[in-house]
Parts: sequence; C-alpha cells; structure tokens
Amino acid sequence: MTATRSTATRFVIKPLVFIACLGPAIHLGLGAFGLWGISLGADPVHTMLHSCGNWALKFLLITLCMTPLRDMTHMLIWQRLRRMLGLFAFFYVILHFTVYIVLDQSGHLNAVWQDIVKRPYITIGMLALILLIPLAVTSTAAMQRRLGRRWTRLHSLIYPIAVLGVWHYWWGVKKDIREPLVFACVLTVLLGYRLYRRYRRYQASVHLPRVATQG
Amino acid sequence: MPKPSSHSIASSEITPEHKFLSRRALLAGGMGLAVGQTLGFQGRAWGQDNGAPLTFTRNAEYSVTEAPNSFKDISTYNNYYEFGTDKSDPSEHAQKFRPRPWSVTVDGECEVKGTFDLEDILKPHPLQERIYRMRCVEAWSMVVPWVGFPLGDLIKRFKPTANAKFVKFFTLLDLKQMPGENTSVLDWPYTEGLRMDEAMHPLTLMTVGLYGKVLPNQNGAPLRLIVPWKYGFKGIKAINHIKFVEAMPLTTWAKSAPDEYGFYANVNPAVDHPRWSQATERHIGGSIFDQRRPTLPFNGYATEVASLYSGMNLKKFF
Repeated sequence: MTATRSTATRFVIKPLVFIACLGPAIHLGLGAFGLWGISLGADPVHTMLHSCGNWALKFLLITLCMTPLRDMTHMLIWQRLRRMLGLFAFFYVILHFTVYIVLDQSGHLNAVWQDIVKRPYITIGMLALILLIPLAVTSTAAMQRRLGRRWTRLHSLIYPIAVLGVWHYWWGVKKDIREPLVFACVLTVLLGYRLYRRYRRYQASVHLPRVATQG
Repeated sequence: MPKPSSHSIASSEITPEHKFLSRRALLAGGMGLAVGQTLGFQGRAWGQDNGAPLTFTRNAEYSVTEAPNSFKDISTYNNYYEFGTDKSDPSEHAQKFRPRPWSVTVDGECEVKGTFDLEDILKPHPLQERIYRMRCVEAWSMVVPWVGFPLGDLIKRFKPTANAKFVKFFTLLDLKQMPGENTSVLDWPYTEGLRMDEAMHPLTLMTVGLYGKVLPNQNGAPLRLIVPWKYGFKGIKAINHIKFVEAMPLTTWAKSAPDEYGFYANVNPAVDHPRWSQATERHIGGSIFDQRRPTLPFNGYATEVASLYSGMNLKKFF
C-alpha cells in the first residue's frame, strides 16, 4: 500500500505538480515573444517583472502551507512536495531578478547597484534573494542528512525571508497595497501557526514530567 | 518646438511620411460626414475603433517627429484609478461610462462663472492635433497624437481676476460610474492644478481626442488636460469643474504621498522618485530587449518651458 502510494507520488503527482509550477514561466516566455497568441500587454517587461515576483511570493507561501497541511491531514504527500515547491519559489525569484537586470535595467549594472544601495525596498528584496541561495544549495536529501539538526535551523531562515519578500512587495507598490496586504495576512497566519505549534510543544514538555510524577 | 533634441531617434522610429499622409487622406475623406457630429459628438459609439472622427488641423510646430504609439497601446495601458489601479483596468471598466451629457462648472477668481454645457465650452475652439511625448512618473513613456486646443484660449473666456494665481481642476465624482472612487486608494475626486503661467502656456492642451477621434472613455473622455513637460498624472481626466484660486491647490497625488509627488511634477531626470530613478525611461511599444532611454529635462520641452521655472530650486519644488 505505502509502496504504491509513494510510487504514485513519485511518478504521477510530482511530475504533474512540476509541470503546473512551470506554467507561469512558460506563459511569460511565450508571451514575451508573442507566441501562441499570448500577449503580455503594452509593457511586457513590467508584466514579466511583476508576475515573476508575484509567483515567487506565492510559491513561498505555498511552500509554507505544506507543514500545516501535513499536520492537519496526516498525509505525507505534502511533505514530499515541499522541497520542489520551495525550489520553484527560488526559481521565480531568480527569474524576477534576471528580468530586472537584463530587461528592465538593460544590463546596466551600475544602475542596478545604485538601486540596491539607494532604495530600501530593493535592498531588502536583494537580501531575501541572497538568503535563499544557501537554502536552495542545501535542499538535496544528501545535504539534509549531512547537516542533520543544523539543516532544520538553517532552513528556518525561510521565515525571515518570507517576511522580507512580502515587505519588498509592500514597499514597492505605488499606492494600492491591497495585494501585498493579502500576502501579509496569509503569511501572518502561516507564521502564527508555527508559533502556536511551538507553544503547544512547550506546554507538552512542561506538563509531561508532571504527569509522570503523578503516576 | 521640440526639435527632438540631439538625443538621436533612429530613423526607423519615424513614421514614414506616406503612411502618415495616407492616414490624413483617410481622415479627410471622412470629414465631410463628420462635420455635423464633430463638436456635438454622438455621445455613444465610443467603441475602441469607431469613436466619432474629429475635424482638426495638424499642428506640426508643436508635434514631435517620433512615431506615435499604437492606438491599442495608448487605449489599453494607462493609469486612471477611478476605474482601478491596474493599467488594463481603465479600458476594461470604463466602457459603460457616459461622457455625455456633460457640463463643466467654472468658478473662483474669475468674472465669468457658471455651469456650461460641454458643447458651449468647446464650440469656439478649432481643434488641433499635436503629437506629444508622454512620460509617466513610473518611468515609462509613450508618444501620443492628441486632439485638443490650448487651455489658455479657454481660460481667457472666463476672465480670471488678478487674484487668480492658480487653476484647479476636478474629475467627476460619481461612485456609480467610477468604481475606483469607492475605494480609499486616493482622496476623491481627483484634483490637479497648474500655476497660471503654466496654464496659459501654448503647449498646455485641453484635450478631447486621440488619433483623430473622440477620446475613448479610458483616456479621459470627454475632456482632459495634457501638459507634456510634466509627469502624466498632471493630466487630469473627465474634468467637470475648473476653479481659479489664489493659493497653490493641494493636488491628489501630492496629498497622498507628499514626499513622492510634488505640485509641479515637471519631468526631471535629475530628481529621483524616492523609490526609483527618473534618469531613464522604458519606451512602450518596442521589443523587450530595447534599451531604456534617457529621460530629458522637461520631457524634451525645455526650450519652451524651462524659463517658467528660472531661479526655482527644482529639487525642492519637484
């Protein structure tokens, strides 16, 4: 039973999720060149830039949903998808950054550097990207084994990264903050869940010995 | 006018004359028919391709020679928060907007006051086509063939008094027709303003048309302002109230974020927006691999308007 289930995960569910995750990138890629009748509007560079950033944040939040989903449904499938989803968040962050440098700023690294040092919302976006790199590098099962407990600690960086990402979006919009607000609310719930879980665990660890002595 | 200053414009970008002429011929052909409806436009039929044609002359002196952006780009990509904050929102949500019947109230420091039918506002003014650069404060730009008449000619009819130092403009406040006005993203109605000398400058255009036809709803029908040397947000749309005032008016964006948007809002590559550089701009309509273009002081209209601001610290009065 478990064997067939994990086989299904490996050969059916994972590939399907993989293709679905690539969807936005394929859509943008086709639209950039006006293929298949897909248009990215009058300002395709802006559309690509914004859309990649938006998907990066969505994938970050989706990744953060996996653990609560596992806890609630007691299904391991969520756990198995987590790495791939996290790597897709990284993938869209890199695309976002690449579009920004190559297309938006026409490769003028000096202008990019000026942006990074002068504009706080770009500074924190950049910081989030840099912090994601060690997480992507150590995402393999081998690295996870090698790092052991330190892996978990390293990967809890995802929480501040997600905060920086949403903050970057919030500061970057001109005036209409409704969309970043939605991201911020979802993130608050997801981080709140972690705090709640910690609190429950703490309580359990405090109460357990007492129960034991009573017995 | 802007001899498109030394900043080189590739010859491929200039509309081939035969193309332009054939478009003119087409318009001329339609003109006989159009005259009747020209100023009394039909009120409906603001469809994207079938806005009523206008009668106008082309003002070459006040036109740049760069190729205008396509009608599609101009009419589907713009900011008009009354219809939503996405740049595709105006074209999607302004279709039911009724730009007729329309009246404009004129009051404040002037001798001739009142509420006037749009027809009465427009009647005495022959229309001109002017191809202007448009630079958005968000660092993108277009070239647009507007149809309108000098705001100064309109202002003179209301005989502003010596106390009239500024002109203030208001957009229609109509929560039913303008869904964006139900949100608190800006303080409604949208207001804008110009110093009197800016308002009287011959480049400042009261605009009623685009590409030779009645202005589409999403571009500010039936009456909007175009001030080509300023950032696009100065170009207030759907104007239904003009007021002459003594004190500098507090304008919508300046009120909303005073450190980011000033009253003057002159295009200035040397003064950055706090969150992005204004030194360059992305020109809409090219390939995704096009280089950003350098932004010109006063959007390329420095020869005409720089003298209005001589002695002013433009970093302070941005």
